[in-house]
Amino acid sequence: MPPPDPARRFHPASAPDYVPAEQLRDLQLARLQRIVRRAHERVPLFRTRCQERQVSPADLRSLEDLGRFPFTLKTDLRDTYPFGLFASPMEEIVRLHASSGTTGKPTVVAYTQADLDVWTEVMVRAFAACGLHRGDVVQNAYGYGLFTGGLGAHYGAEALGATVIPISGGNTDRQIMVLQDFAVTAICCTPSYFLHLAERARELGTDFSKLRAGIFGAEPWSEAMRRRIEADTGVKAYDIYGLSEIVGPGVGIECFAQSGLHIFEDHFYPEVVDPVTGAVLPDGAEGELVLTTLSKDAMPMIRYRTRDVTALIPEPCACGRTIRRIRRIGRRSDDMFIIRGVNVFPSQVETALLAVEGTLPHYQIVLTREKGLDEMEVRVEVTPEVFSDQIRALEALQHKLEQSLDHTLGIRARVTLVGPRTLQRSEGKAQRVVDKRQI
Amino acid sequence: MKLTQLSLFLENRPGALRLPCQVLGQAGIDILSLSLADTQQFGILRLIVKDVERARKVLEEAGCVVKATDVLAVEVPDRAGGLADMLGAFEGSGLALEYIYPLVAGHRGKTAVLLLRVEEPEKAAALLAGRTVRVLSREEAFEAVGA
Repeated sequence: MPPPDPARRFHPASAPDYVPAEQLRDLQLARLQRIVRRAHERVPLFRTRCQERQVSPADLRSLEDLGRFPFTLKTDLRDTYPFGLFASPMEEIVRLHASSGTTGKPTVVAYTQADLDVWTEVMVRAFAACGLHRGDVVQNAYGYGLFTGGLGAHYGAEALGATVIPISGGNTDRQIMVLQDFAVTAICCTPSYFLHLAERARELGTDFSKLRAGIFGAEPWSEAMRRRIEADTGVKAYDIYGLSEIVGPGVGIECFAQSGLHIFEDHFYPEVVDPVTGAVLPDGAEGELVLTTLSKDAMPMIRYRTRDVTALIPEPCACGRTIRRIRRIGRRSDDMFIIRGVNVFPSQVETALLAVEGTLPHYQIVLTREKGLDEMEVRVEVTPEVFSDQIRALEALQHKLEQSLDHTLGIRARVTLVGPRTLQRSEGKAQRVVDKRQI
Repeated sequence: MKLTQLSLFLENRPGALRLPCQVLGQAGIDILSLSLADTQQFGILRLIVKDVERARKVLEEAGCVVKATDVLAVEVPDRAGGLADMLGAFEGSGLALEYIYPLVAGHRGKTAVLLLRVEEPEKAAALLAGRTVRVLSREEAFEAVGA
């Protein structure tokens, strides 16, 4: 008989996941009223938007009233760069993180100590939902640094009482050595990187017999990929959801049922809206996920448009948690894509190309997955303006374009020069992104 | 003194070379000489034709990226060491020779005509004066190739 799944056991840290729905709604409303008031008092952009819509915090008498309040967009973070949406003075802010923005400038997020404590709490609950506990050895292969993945998972796993290996990303062979030698039982990384690790381990003749759980996120992945990971490695693959604008990883997590992601909605209030009209949709309907931070002091996000397309699952979960679930995220309502954990907008690619060429050439982004690693190729049509009779001039151009992309996006992309008018244009509008990844 | 060459961007894929050749053929333009430089990803086709302007026009209309550059046509004795003699003229001059390809090789058994792409054609021509080689005029070059 297989050993019982530790994810089915109750972990004390998970208690808030089981609060009766009625109590949860009361708590949410109380927190929502407080945070909306805070944002209204301290964030000029939010106050102005509220005035335009003729709403004030006093209008928030029920959770449904939230629908009357204005959205916050990713561009709002850019327009108020770097600190314009902060609601706490710098004396109270103890951490900054940043993620890629739409025009080369990153989007900056801030945390007070209390915010970090909440983040750690939800990460503990996330790990607990995956059956992790004291005694587990967690290899944290999310990148440490400005990216929220590394530190978010780190503090959560430590607070859980697990043994954390802060190995960060990269150096595959060393990752495999550590996985085996340190008897690692759980790993945090992107699912595509884990597949890469598993393939390399096979080549090296190593296995991860102690590894039980993978907490995979920071990029979209499919059920097919989960089945492949679980069949190939015997590791239970959990999907974790988060975004830096809200907190980082730990907004939502799968439980042992692996049937949608529970949102820690005592801290992050979910709505699903029509991406075009912005109207709030009923539970079960597919639309864009909108999140409101209920307890984040340094940077309250009121009705943040995630651009992630999903639906709230109204049915209770087999695990008994009362916090609601969302369907796994399969696509986005904008043209952003995620590669190696980095958010990329085609407009960023345009900025990079423009910086080199002066005018915007026709281009196409081709995403592939080779040996579990995402590769990004940018095909650029050669124009008479940049064409040179000399090979080395064209190679220099290619190199400059690659450098500019690296500088703007923070990831390596291969540039291929292609002939004029060879890239597809459908109905006069170019198809900017061709995603060939099997995810 | 200088000859105008047309350079075309080609993708490195089967069939890429055929399009410009077909376009020129349909326009009745004869290719007098050509050179193909290639890398892993792309290539540059360099062409010598008589009616440069018309060739450029039809190629651009067909969607090609075309650039006109000047090359030097140099008549070299067709014998062992002939090219080495010519290159000797540039030694120590700092002149950068980008590439060479033939317009006519083995013509009349006595001389070959080579096309030189250099950064400074005038300087190159001056360096070659007084050597066993001769820089050809445009007309002489076309005559040498029988066009």
